[in-house]
Amino acid sequence: MDVMMRLILAQGMLGLNNGVFYAMLSLGLAVIFGMLNVVNFAHGALYMLGAFVALILSSYLGPWIGLDALHIGFWPALIITPIVVGCFGMLIERTMLRWLYKFDPIYGLLLTFGIALVLQGVFSNYFNSAGTPYPAQPESLRGVVHLGFMVFPKYRLFAILFSIVVCFLTWYVIERTRLGATLRAGVENPELVQAFGINVPRMITLTFGFGTGLAGLAGVLAAPIYSVSPLMGADIIIIVFAVVVIGGMGSILGAITAGLALGLIEGITKVFYAPAANTVIFFLMVVVLLIRPAGLFGRQN
Amino acid sequence: MAEPAAATTVKTSEPLLSVRGLNAFYGESHVLHGIDFDLREGEVVTLLGRNGAGRTTTLRAMLGLVDRRSGSVKVRGHEIIDLPTHRIAHLGLLGYCPEERGIFASLSVEENLMLPPTLGEGGMSVEEIYRMFPNLEEVRRRTGMRISGGEQQMLAIARILRTGARLLLLDEITEGLAPVIVKTLGRMIGDLKQRGLTIILVEQNFRFASRLADRHYVIEHGKVIDRIDGADLDKNMERLNRYLSV
Repeated sequence: MDVMMRLILAQGMLGLNNGVFYAMLSLGLAVIFGMLNVVNFAHGALYMLGAFVALILSSYLGPWIGLDALHIGFWPALIITPIVVGCFGMLIERTMLRWLYKFDPIYGLLLTFGIALVLQGVFSNYFNSAGTPYPAQPESLRGVVHLGFMVFPKYRLFAILFSIVVCFLTWYVIERTRLGATLRAGVENPELVQAFGINVPRMITLTFGFGTGLAGLAGVLAAPIYSVSPLMGADIIIIVFAVVVIGGMGSILGAITAGLALGLIEGITKVFYAPAANTVIFFLMVVVLLIRPAGLFGRQN
Repeated sequence: MAEPAAATTVKTSEPLLSVRGLNAFYGESHVLHGIDFDLREGEVVTLLGRNGAGRTTTLRAMLGLVDRRSGSVKVRGHEIIDLPTHRIAHLGLLGYCPEERGIFASLSVEENLMLPPTLGEGGMSVEEIYRMFPNLEEVRRRTGMRISGGEQQMLAIARILRTGARLLLLDEITEGLAPVIVKTLGRMIGDLKQRGLTIILVEQNFRFASRLADRHYVIEHGKVIDRIDGADLDKNMERLNRYLSV
């Protein structure tokens, strides 16, 4: 294999690693936008919250409650964090977002933007803005794997595979199961679904909880890779919104595909012209908007 | 002829559905001004009237799909006027087929069929439904928008038969359909009546239901202005035509 090819594959893998986070976050945004017609600007902050919940579980919770020896590790955090963040999301939906559905969607956007700023502010106040390393990466995922063209950190490979499985399961549940059919029907005609005897408001709350839970899950997965910082969500969310626009607002498959593809493209761009890596996604967004305004997978109408 | 049968049901059971003084509003506009009617188990009645008279709104108000409503709607003795919409179907064993059919475009025919949750026992099985509507089985993998209008109408009715609903609210099911399909639907209503289901038909085409209905209620300006028994329909044709003529 020549050097160029190796370089492309290696950057591709690193790009894919970013791509799975784009995919998971834009998937959550797509689910929420599809069901609630809300552009959740707090999504990045909830991703950050997820990383912090994992960090707190491992390093701070024990001392806070007087049990210095208590360190809740990565595997329990992988389960606890999405639940905590999802419940927080449901609380937001129940107490605030719910009152705004009857108004223009811009109000939901402004509310979630405000929530994002508050969360960032609170965490910036108590934690280092430059980032805190997550100490509880599991022993079994330390070290590297030889992929032939490169050595790749075992944990990152795990994060890629795990996220792809989560994305696929989400797609499967929404597009192929009865529960998913109910959700899709609820998007199309909530009134009639309600008349059939389905509690649509509860379904909306749970959907928002699920979407935000996905952001939390992405946060835990990211914690061992990037350092946990109050601004990590703000950094990634701009790119994720571009991904959502490219994939098509509200399209599940579009969010997943665009997330993975754009991560790859971003990585590979580094090989050819590194300074463009940060902007290539936005360049593509402009091109897609000009050619297919509803996104690659969006319904054009 | 139908009189003796009806008389016995009067004595044995109190009304399955009893609507009293039903008022309904969309925003500022007051659409229903005190609708009253009763339905006993196993009866088929029609709500007749011109467009905009309030027939569809009567069904929607029963289901809580209007902005505001008052009065009383009792099903099986339960007052449902203050309940949230999603509980009404369960308590009243109600099955609703809206005027625009409400077929979900993003769902396949089969997904549409399986969507409404089971309300009670005695619903038709999927096999029975496909026996009753063989067309639907042929198109079951297509999406809801890629089937004919007649198939959509059958699907809209079939999916509420699966749930075990005992009281069907069918809004303009013959609208825009070919005569041969209307005839099939007429036979189907007869079948459902035989099975003991209670049915409210909102119709403009009263001839469609004239052989099946126990009673016709004429609605105008959000009120029931007349009530004609099915048996007396022929005698009252002229009166009815006057109500319905434009």
